[in-house]
This record gives sequence, C-alpha cells and structure tokens, in this order.
Amino acid sequence: MAFVEAEPTIELLSVKALRFMLVSRVLDDKFASLYRMGKIHGGVFLSRGQEALSVASALSLQPGDLYAPLIRDTAGRLAFGESLLDPIRTYLGSALGPMRGRDGNVHWGHPRLGMYAMISHLGAMISVVSGGLLAHRLQGRRSTVGLSSVGDGATSTGAFHEALNQAAVEQLPLVLVVANNCYAYSTPNNRQFACKSLVDRAVGYGVKGVEFDGTDLETCLRELGSAAARARSGQGPQLMIANLLRLCGHGEHDDASYVDPNLKTSQVGRDCLEVAIRKLVDSKTVTAEDVALWKSRAIDDVERAVAQGQREPGPDPYREDWSALSTEALVERNWPQ
Amino acid sequence: MSITYLEAIREAQARALAEDDRVFIYGQDVGAFGGAFKATKNLAREFPGRVIDSPISEDAMLGLAVGAAIGGMRPIIEVQFADFSTVGFNQMVNQAGTHYWRTGMPCPITLRLPCGGTSGSGPFHSQSMEAIYAHYPGLVVMTPATVADAYHMLLDAVKIDDPVVFCEHKLLYYHLKGDLGSGDRLAVGKARIARVGRDLSIVTYGAMVHEATKAAEELAGEGIEAEVVDLRTVKPLDTDCIIASVARTGRLLCVGEAYPWGGVTAEVVARVAGEGFNFLDAPPMRLNAKDTPVPYHPDLWAVHRPSARSIADSARRLVQM
Ligand SMILES: Cc1ncc(C[n+]2csc(CCOP(=O)(O)OP(=O)(O)O)c2C)c(N)n1
Ligand SMILES: [Mg+2]
Repeated sequence: MAFVEAEPTIELLSVKALRFMLVSRVLDDKFASLYRMGKIHGGVFLSRGQEALSVASALSLQPGDLYAPLIRDTAGRLAFGESLLDPIRTYLGSALGPMRGRDGNVHWGHPRLGMYAMISHLGAMISVVSGGLLAHRLQGRRSTVGLSSVGDGATSTGAFHEALNQAAVEQLPLVLVVANNCYAYSTPNNRQFACKSLVDRAVGYGVKGVEFDGTDLETCLRELGSAAARARSGQGPQLMIANLLRLCGHGEHDDASYVDPNLKTSQVGRDCLEVAIRKLVDSKTVTAEDVALWKSRAIDDVERAVAQGQREPGPDPYREDWSALSTEALVERNWPQ
Repeated sequence: MSITYLEAIREAQARALAEDDRVFIYGQDVGAFGGAFKATKNLAREFPGRVIDSPISEDAMLGLAVGAAIGGMRPIIEVQFADFSTVGFNQMVNQAGTHYWRTGMPCPITLRLPCGGTSGSGPFHSQSMEAIYAHYPGLVVMTPATVADAYHMLLDAVKIDDPVVFCEHKLLYYHLKGDLGSGDRLAVGKARIARVGRDLSIVTYGAMVHEATKAAEELAGEGIEAEVVDLRTVKPLDTDCIIASVARTGRLLCVGEAYPWGGVTAEVVARVAGEGFNFLDAPPMRLNAKDTPVPYHPDLWAVHRPSARSIADSARRLVQM
C-alpha cells in the first residue's frame, strides 16, 4: 500500500508528501464545516499542524510494513494508500465504509492491509504493532517495520511504558512516533511529564531516541526515513519525538483558549503546511501555481467524495447481524427482548 | 431552583470540598479547564491546590487514590469516560476493593465515571460499567437517575468509608433538569418507586429510568399501569423494595443499558426468582442492550440500547403472559 519508489530524492518525496498534506488540510476544513452544520454524528478531531509528521511517518514505510495511525493522522493514512473515501465514509457513518457505521470518526483501519483500527484507549496500539512484528518474525518475514503513532499525553500511560520496554526486550523493528504537540486535551506538557524532553526516556528503555522539528517536512522525512531504515536493519525500536503544536482544538467542540499564545509564535507553532510550501517554492522545487492547482484539485476531490459519502446509505439496524463473534455457531441469538 | 444533572454533580463536589478538608479531586483536565464535561468548572479556582490535573495514567490515578485514602484523605477521581476506567481496573477491584477486608482499614474513594451511551459516541465512549464493578466485593456502585440523586448521592459517596463507583449518565448531563429536593432523603442503598402501577414492575436504573417512565406513560394510554422502580444503587441492591413491588404487581421486567450477559438485570431476576417466586404471575423478563460493542451510527445505537418503545413492547408481552 505504502508509497514506494527506488531511493526517491528528498525533493520528489517532499512534493509527494506536500500533495497528501494539502488533501489532508482540505479534508480537515471540510470536516470542520460539516461539524458546524451538524452533519456529523459525535466529535470531529483534526490533524492541523501535524500533517508533515504524519505524512512522513507513512512515507517511511514500504509495502508489507505495519502502521498504527492515531487521532491526527489523516495525511499519513492517505499516504499509506487508503482511499479518500475512507475517512469520509467513516465520519458520515456510511454502511459502505471500512467500519460499516459500527465505529466512527477517527476509529477506522484496514487490518488486513497492515493498517490497524485504533481504539480510543491511549497507548493501546503500540504493543499491537509489536505483536504484528513478532508474527512477521515468527513467520520468517524479517524485513518489515512497524510504525505506531501516539501523542505526548499517551506517553503517560502504563501501556506506553510496557510496550516500549517489551519492544526493546524483543528488539523489534518498531518506530514509535510521538507527536509532542504540547497539549493533551487541555493539559500542558508540564502537567504530563517532568523530564526535560521525552527523548530522555529512550535511554531508560535501551532504545535509540531522536528529537526533531515536527513542523519541518524535510526534517520529518529525513528523520523518519532514517529511523525506519535503522529499524529495518535490525537496530531495534526507535523512539521518535517530534515537536510541534496542535493548530486546532482537541476536537472541534473545543476552542483551545488555554493554549499559551507564546507557543503559537514560537518555532513549534509554525504551520507545517505553510513552511513546506514556502520552502519548496523558494527552492524552486515547485511553483506557487503548482500548489494552487493541487489545492484546487484537492478541493474538487474532497467535495466529490463527500457528496458521494452523503448519498450512501447508513447501516440498517434491521439487517445488522448483531453479532460480535466470527464463529457463527457460537453466537447466542436468544437474548431476552 | 432547577439545575442540570451535570450542575448537580459540580455543586455536590463544591460542597464536598467546602465541608471537608480531606476531599480533593484528581483527574485529567479537571483543573483550570474544568473537565471534559465541565463537571469541575471553576472548582480549581474556588479550591486552590485541591483540584489537580493528572497525567493520562488511570492505573496510577487509582493507585494514588488508594494511597491517599489510606493516608486520611477523601479523593474524588474523575475518569474522563467510564470506558477508560478499564485501564485503572486493577487498582480499583484488587487494591481498593480488597483493602478493608484484608487489613481492617477502610479505603474511602469516590470514582466518578461518566458512562452510558450518547448518539454518535461509538464503542469506546459509551459503555456502562456498573455490572463489572458490582461483581467485585468491597465496592459500592451508584447509578443516579435524577438531579437530586446525582447531588445527594455524590455527597453520600464522598462520606462513605468504602470505595464507591459513581456511574453518572452522560445522556442526562445537559438535558435532565430538576431541583435538589428537600426534606428526607432515602438512605444509601435504598431503591425508589419512581412511578406507581399495578400491572407490572419495571425495575431499572440510570438513564433507563427515564425510558421506562416514558414507556409507562405510553402504556397507561392502553390501560396498562406499570410501576417503575429506580434502583439508585446497584450494589447494594435493594431486594426488599424490588420484591415488594413485584408482590404488588405479580410481574417483573428488568431493564438495563449494559450488555446482556449477566449484569444487574440478571442479578435482579435471580433474586426475584429465588426470594419472590411465589409472587410471580408470569416468568420474570429482562431487557438489555445487544451483545455487541456500542455502535457509532445513531440508527444502530438507537436499536442497540433499550428504548421507551422496546420497553413498552416487552411490557405488553409480559402482561399478556
Ligand atoms: C486511557 C485513556 N484515557 C483517557 C482518554 C481520553 N483522551 C482522549 S484524547 C486525550 C488527550 C490525548 O493527548 P495526546 O496523547 O497528547 O494526543 P493529542 O490529542 O494531543 O494528539 C485524552 C485524555 C483516552 N482516550 N484514553
Ligand atoms: Mg498532545
């Protein structure tokens, strides 16, 4: 599924990445407006400000690799190879979407294609990726990598600590990407952890750790590309700490008025999409016209996909099998009602 | 004065903090932000240092609560959604729940769980956890259905020397309004007759009390008079009140929003069958959610959980038996 090309130049990769970032941003804007119009059931959670990190995560992977995206990984999910319809169908509850209306908003995946369907419980996906990697090892598939995405807040869960230690003990090719966006909902980092940097945790687990600027696309591509290569070559888990800022509320219900204004004007507060466009235009890798064209195409694609999603039927409760077991013979159907 | 169920929970915490220096609140985003649902709005300002933001560490949150309780405090722990309390489950059931029995020293914790389904919330922000906690010895499990109960039972929970799991229903947070009531309050562990009737007893708790009451009103139009029993606490279970009601009506329909295997409704049916069999004119009936995770899509969700309509349907069948 993942984008792959024989040793693409960083310029080519950046252009590819930029196009996914544009689509992700346009899609976010569309979800925000659908939310305001009351067209979405439940919450809406955007990726704004994290597109560079997300897309670089997915582009560091190769076919057969494993990917556990999280709440702010629209760009990465698209770059991993899924259809634009998937997030739209999931948010709209379409019966034709990957989750068939059973699960919604950010909770979708394609586990058969190596893209896990996150549960909400933070930290819970990391060891699942490790399990996938162990399965590959036991099956003799030695060169795959697994990438799991979490936020700063998730690093406080027992699940995070257990999984990182476990991956280190097993020396699994796990790339654990922490989007350190300075907040977990309203909670700032100084109420979340007391170490100077989250990368300091790497040494305690005996894994390689790297801290980098999550607002710079090229840096993200280089750092995650190298991390995946190290993992693939047998160097064990990679703890990757990307510093950036969530450029939206926790969800669209949240005005994020608690965000420190100084952070917004600092390096982490830069909009990775604007930075990427400026750099690629300045280096004459792309023109402003190219970007405008891609953006308008993205808008067309998103509008078309949303229109399709809105025409599709929702799930029919009277045709649901209402069964959570795959073993038909074991399904109880005689519940009192 | 009429306030919402959510405001009642805030007010009860404000009063608990004001009346007892041992009380403090600990949970994710509960401080300056006032909590994901605003149940602790302004409390950090009104009670400096006593409303504390926690890291996203449910196991450690509940472990800390146990230690603080043993150390002489009265912690109120807010878990952001009841569903995430599974991460702190071990501390609650194996540490808090066993402590008094093992050591003779009580462990007064109030665990606040925003629980139950709301439309569009999906499998991980909708669950009803009361049965799984009630299964363990050493815990009290409250499921308030009214504004007054949300307020007074939360105050009770803080005063009780044992660990209390306080299941507050998210569907009632903003929509349910009422006053705090006055005069005599029911004791902890006592059920309440929410509506008097002669033809069947609908025994339920939490948000389902309101669905059952709606069903009862619909049934009244058809000449069926349903009595609605609001359990208020599911552990302890007020068996006397339930059986007295069944003795009057001869029929039991027990309704719960949780999954159908076991749970509160099965417990009620078992007790009525065991202790009140002679009062039954028909087999006891129960109605629960379906045996799948809670669905995201509103059309699925509406069918997954019991509703006034499905309760009324069950009641009609029951009175014909
Ligand atoms: C175990 C657990 N506890 C609480 C929550 C509720 N919750 C959902 S997202 C969130 C904040 C997450 O912050 P972070 O990990 O930094 O990710 P970000 O939202 O900043 O991308 C919280 C507390 C949860 N999902 N899981
Ligand atoms: Mg964060």
